[in-house]
Amino acid sequence: MKIAVVVFPGSNCDIDLYEALATVCHADVEYVSHKRDNLDGFDAVMLPGGFSYGDYLRCGAIARFTNIMPAIVKMANEGKFVFGTCNGFQILTEAGLLPGALKQNDSLKFVCKTVELEVVNNKTPFTSQYGLHEHIKLPIAHADGSYYADEATLEQLEANNQVVFRYAKENPNGSLHDIAGICNERGNVLGMMPHPERAVEAILGNTDGLRLFKSLLENGIKTEVTK
Amino acid sequence: MVDVRIFVTYKESVFDPQGETIKNAIHSLGHDEVENVKVGKFFEVTIDSEKKDLETAVKEISEELLVNFNLETYRFEILGGEA
Repeated sequence: MKIAVVVFPGSNCDIDLYEALATVCHADVEYVSHKRDNLDGFDAVMLPGGFSYGDYLRCGAIARFTNIMPAIVKMANEGKFVFGTCNGFQILTEAGLLPGALKQNDSLKFVCKTVELEVVNNKTPFTSQYGLHEHIKLPIAHADGSYYADEATLEQLEANNQVVFRYAKENPNGSLHDIAGICNERGNVLGMMPHPERAVEAILGNTDGLRLFKSLLENGIKTEVTK
Repeated sequence: MVDVRIFVTYKESVFDPQGETIKNAIHSLGHDEVENVKVGKFFEVTIDSEKKDLETAVKEISEELLVNFNLETYRFEILGGEA
């Protein structure tokens, strides 16, 4: 299973994602520039956190127009794995691969801390190694992470089991339905504000994010075997 | 060339935390008469209307890029200029 980590101008969590996959999980992973126009040969693509294009206009709004985006949309449509964390999540919503939008935190503050999450869907390829309703802790670091969608979209997300992570105990940003991460209907595209890549080694003080990558790798291998 | 002003704001149904905070600050100044403050974005765009129909251009630019319809809405004003 070959994984691409896309680097946009202003990405700053690309190395974290790469190292989580390469060093910790020994996965086959490669940095891919936003200038590239194809993702041929890759089975998964990951959009890192950061401030692509300086968050100009809206977070993720400009990244949508990069050369690489059509290739990411193609992978999503082909059922391959697409993952976005933080700014990556914002880009996925701006690109229309996930519904809704991320708006400025209700507090107007940049929030940087570890929060408790509930895994509310462990049937996705990204969360199969977590228990249903398991509580985990992951770091968040964002100013624009308040998930918003209209009532009809929220109802649809809930009905289709597309809410994957919810903030437990405390909602740090004003997200509707305490949403921290959602997937598309098919389950192969996941976006989340928390940073699992920052919680993959005991020396970092937290390994709760590791199983997200392990789930993905395990399910990627399963897909290869059944091909 | 025609100058167009495009205003993008949150929809009525979306909480505007900046507007609320600024309103509270205005009340601190003693201006209790202020009922509501909305914060938005403002774009001044200069368009060569001989190349494309002005309103079509403004709508396309706004709806495909400047506005995120999940959250926002927009209006525009066409200013003077050589049409």
